[in-house]
Amino acid sequence: MTRDGRLLRGGVLAAVLLGVLAPILLGLWETGRAAFGVVPAIGATEASLEPWRILGDLPGLGTSLRLTLVTGFGATILSLLVAIGAAAAFHARPRRASRVLTPFLAAPHAALAIGLAFLISPSGWIARLVSPWATGWDLPPDIATVHDPWGAALILGLMIKEVPFLLLVILAALGQIPVRRQLAAARALGYGRGLVWIKVILPQVYPLIRLPIFAVLAFSLSVVDMAILLGPSTPPTLAVAITRWTFDPDTRMLMPAAAAAGLLAALTAAGIGLWILSERALSRLGRWWLRRGARGLSAEPGLFIATASLYGLLVLGALSLVALALWSVTWRWSFPHARPESWSLATWSRHGAASAETGWTTLAIAVLATGAALALAIAWLEGEDRARRTRARWAELLVYVPLIVPQIAFLYGLNVAALRVGAPGELLAVAWAHMLFVFPYVMIALSDPWRRLDRRLVSTAAALGAGPTRRLLAVKLPMLLRPLMTAAAIGFAVSVAQYLPTLFIGAGRVATLTTEAVTLSSGADRRIAGLYGLLQALLPYLVYAMALAVPLWLYRDRRDLRGGGPA
Amino acid sequence: MSLDLVDLCVAPRGGAPLFPPLSTGVEPGIVTTVMGPSGIGKSTLLDAIGGHLVHAFECSGRVILDGRDVTGLPAESRQIGVLFQDALLFPHLSVGDNLAFGLSRDIHGRETRRRAVEDALRQAGLEGFHDRDPATLSGGQKARAALFRTLLADPKALLLDEPFSRLDPALRDDMRRFVFERVRERKVPALLVTHDPGDAEAAGGPVLTLTG
Amino acid sequence: MRTPIAALAALCLASPALADWQETLDAARGQTVYWNAWGGDPRTNAFIEWAGDRTEDLHGVAIEHVKLSDTGEAVNRVIAEKAAGRDEGGSVDLIWINGPNFLAMKEQGLLHGPFVEELPNARHVDLQPGSAASVDFTVPVDGYESPWRLAKFIFAYDTARADAPPATMAEFVGWAKANPGRMTHPTPQNFMGATFLKQALVELAPDPSVLQQPATDDTFAETTAPLWDWYDALRPNLWQGGRTFPENESVQQRMLNDGQVDIAMYFDPAAPAAAIAQGLLPDSVRVFVPEAGSIGNISFVAIPYNAANREGAMVVANFLLDPATQAEMQNIEVLGSFSVLDPSTLSPEEAALFDALPSSPALPRLEDLGPTLLEPHPTWMTRLTAEWARRYTE
Repeated sequence: MTRDGRLLRGGVLAAVLLGVLAPILLGLWETGRAAFGVVPAIGATEASLEPWRILGDLPGLGTSLRLTLVTGFGATILSLLVAIGAAAAFHARPRRASRVLTPFLAAPHAALAIGLAFLISPSGWIARLVSPWATGWDLPPDIATVHDPWGAALILGLMIKEVPFLLLVILAALGQIPVRRQLAAARALGYGRGLVWIKVILPQVYPLIRLPIFAVLAFSLSVVDMAILLGPSTPPTLAVAITRWTFDPDTRMLMPAAAAAGLLAALTAAGIGLWILSERALSRLGRWWLRRGARGLSAEPGLFIATASLYGLLVLGALSLVALALWSVTWRWSFPHARPESWSLATWSRHGAASAETGWTTLAIAVLATGAALALAIAWLEGEDRARRTRARWAELLVYVPLIVPQIAFLYGLNVAALRVGAPGELLAVAWAHMLFVFPYVMIALSDPWRRLDRRLVSTAAALGAGPTRRLLAVKLPMLLRPLMTAAAIGFAVSVAQYLPTLFIGAGRVATLTTEAVTLSSGADRRIAGLYGLLQALLPYLVYAMALAVPLWLYRDRRDLRGGGPA
Repeated sequence: MSLDLVDLCVAPRGGAPLFPPLSTGVEPGIVTTVMGPSGIGKSTLLDAIGGHLVHAFECSGRVILDGRDVTGLPAESRQIGVLFQDALLFPHLSVGDNLAFGLSRDIHGRETRRRAVEDALRQAGLEGFHDRDPATLSGGQKARAALFRTLLADPKALLLDEPFSRLDPALRDDMRRFVFERVRERKVPALLVTHDPGDAEAAGGPVLTLTG
Repeated sequence: MRTPIAALAALCLASPALADWQETLDAARGQTVYWNAWGGDPRTNAFIEWAGDRTEDLHGVAIEHVKLSDTGEAVNRVIAEKAAGRDEGGSVDLIWINGPNFLAMKEQGLLHGPFVEELPNARHVDLQPGSAASVDFTVPVDGYESPWRLAKFIFAYDTARADAPPATMAEFVGWAKANPGRMTHPTPQNFMGATFLKQALVELAPDPSVLQQPATDDTFAETTAPLWDWYDALRPNLWQGGRTFPENESVQQRMLNDGQVDIAMYFDPAAPAAAIAQGLLPDSVRVFVPEAGSIGNISFVAIPYNAANREGAMVVANFLLDPATQAEMQNIEVLGSFSVLDPSTLSPEEAALFDALPSSPALPRLEDLGPTLLEPHPTWMTRLTAEWARRYTE
């Protein structure tokens, strides 16, 4: 009955397996080979456990591991708590929340980290605002706020990105639960608002947000650009250490680096496993707690703290971006002045042309990656429609694979594999590497609005004689314009923010605004770093603005598709 | 042009059937009403007949339309029109384009097609509404527009899934008469699913009751 | 029979250099050279861009500056390409390279050469055995890399915030005690941080001549003992108690600018003056060097064995040695990097280019820079970095 559905689904599966899964597996394989001593380029051809022995002897490995676990789990757990608490406050107005939070999703990690580092450093903006009148400092104090040994600055930076993401995911999941009714019912039984959230709503929401949580955990454990910019340097987190060892002048360090990358991948897997086990334990605990029926405890303070934390994070994030903008038009801004002492457009005029060129490259890669990802996502969802099925669990997992495997574990190997194949033209190779990470986000962003489309509209179209292709082109896609553009904007933002893939696969020939910004941030001139960071952040915002404006203009005469609509 | 159901049975995949096998014939111009308790699967029955069944369900038996066995055909090839509770006008198309959506390809030429649509609009009491945004129509206007959209596709049978339940009681009578007149005029067999005994009465045809 | 052959041979040997170079120039026309060089200094980046414009005008060779955070990235790329069997058409054409990176690439046969002798402008450089340009951290260059700028390790301090800077490396301990938390150095994983340790080593080593030989376990332990004593005394008074360090010297300059520390270090004597001119440091910053002198070395460019645009890379290397280019480089308004050319090889017009360069109060004169101490063998730096990491990473 659904023969062309089968063809489409087969095609999509092949595309995803070949284009997304296979490269990751290949990359892991090559890295695995290097981890056991096989790196032909430097003459190492015998498999052995030597790299692991060397890795064990490297100084600071234990501290790097501790740091990675603390920042990885710490950021994830804290972000989850804040997001859950804040969801209680925002669940009634999801669209408004989405409008406030989406700009933070769009801001690239590197730009935020550069701005945040300036904001909270001892000689940073916050210190400058309160010195010397409140603190008596006329020289910056010798306290560690950025690059601190516990990774607090890194956790903060990670939370600024992760809390909005988790919050939006939770709000989307809440849309599938009759929250208001359950709230009313439970409160009638004498439970306070906060307790209802924890005892009633949360257990229903949690299964829906599990995979995004794992993605956040994997990201926190393996992030490189934010850890370079905010985390401690001696020793750094494991991911940064791996990057350093990979580029060490002593080329034999490639092997312990690969071993460490394998270790990180194993750590991530173990972390997720541990999380799943704690889920079981917590659910058993929770059920016991539920049965006791205690309702005297008020969780209101918890909710308040969570909401206050959310606002705090958003303010920090916004100020970070403003700081970038200010620096880009500064001439001199020294401590303890609260504002730049002298302004100048010299940075823009001197670097405008070069940065524009880099901007075009970034744009081209993002367009290619997002276009491919969007096409694949639409094909996948359409295939599901044609077979009239919902997604199997293994398929859902497949989508998340690129987000759960640490990038650094397979990118080195992927580069070697790509070179062997003779990947044509570096820009295309980088765009395809970006697509690996853009595709999951586009799927996440598009799946829900696609599924919420009223099936009966499509049935009506079929009853009127429209075949599958016409139903897709003439009914579904036009009605999904807003979610399509939002998904495209999200994919675009993800591509712009990518750092490691461009670094590894681009062979240094492909410079994006992100790679330039990270390189320049380890330079002396905050003004150029500010310029590149700002441009890096502006690009996704422009696309988001378009994602909002285009449907508004196109459907200016169609009330149902403009403001609310099926999206 | 009659609609015949032969031992039609719908069941969740791998589960027990929702109701015993149904066999009945609907004559052209007659409205057969199907009634039954809530949740028994009346809408699913219509899905099965129209070809809109989801993978989670399977159906056995046959659907024969105008002597042709349409059981294995996809929905778009069956020429069976459907009207739902909501008008479900396509929000991105104007009222006129909505109506033109199902217009047969055999009608050539922009002028001819436009005239056919305008003609239908006039019959629906929506003259001059061609370029209007469907969202600006009232409930009754939407229902009439939906009806004519279905009719313009020249269906050989009509499935009605409680199409009057969302309308004001005042409008309901008018709509019923309107719809059933059209059915009789065009001599198409129609199957109506409803809760409301008033609908069954107005339909004036045989009444089938589904039991589990 | 023999005479014509002899004559033919003589003819062939008569002007080989000129004929070969013309061939190289012709082959290079239209090529784009991917020059992998550290991209953290905007002025160097601007200079490389200017060089690209000039080579384009003069020889039709374009330069694409691949900005690295660390030279290791480029080395790594060549290794990956060799791993994939890509022996021709590599993505790296020219690398700005030094010391341990050069040693690693040379040992593994990853470099093209020798090629320096083929460059016409090489006649301006003193390539005699024992000269600064013939050894890279005591490793013989053997023509595998071409010099382009002079580096000398110097310190800078803010006269408005700090008083007298330490006069020797040993005095850093006392100065840090009097000014706790106002001094730091880049992490020794970074070239500059390692050089700071090396500079101290050269001054504190009981027998400096040992440093010119490869380090052994015995010589290393013995020679570095005073260094670690000195560092242990210094560390508690460093910024952040010596628990964390800036990523590189640019970040440290930023800290000097912000007032978080009072001292910064550079390889480029003109860098502080250039930074002031750019608004990146306050006017009050001045240069100082230890009394006994400081380490100096030459920065080179090398060509990987599988470079796709080999001829273009050689044309660029040659262009960098042109007196006009070197004078432009030494101009503090451009780069302020001291030239590698032997002044005795310059013609009067060429020498005049150098005399006409502008000056500034923060710009030291050549005499102020003190004696140039020789770089130790690369193995010393590798071991220093590893030992420092072992001792001080928790």
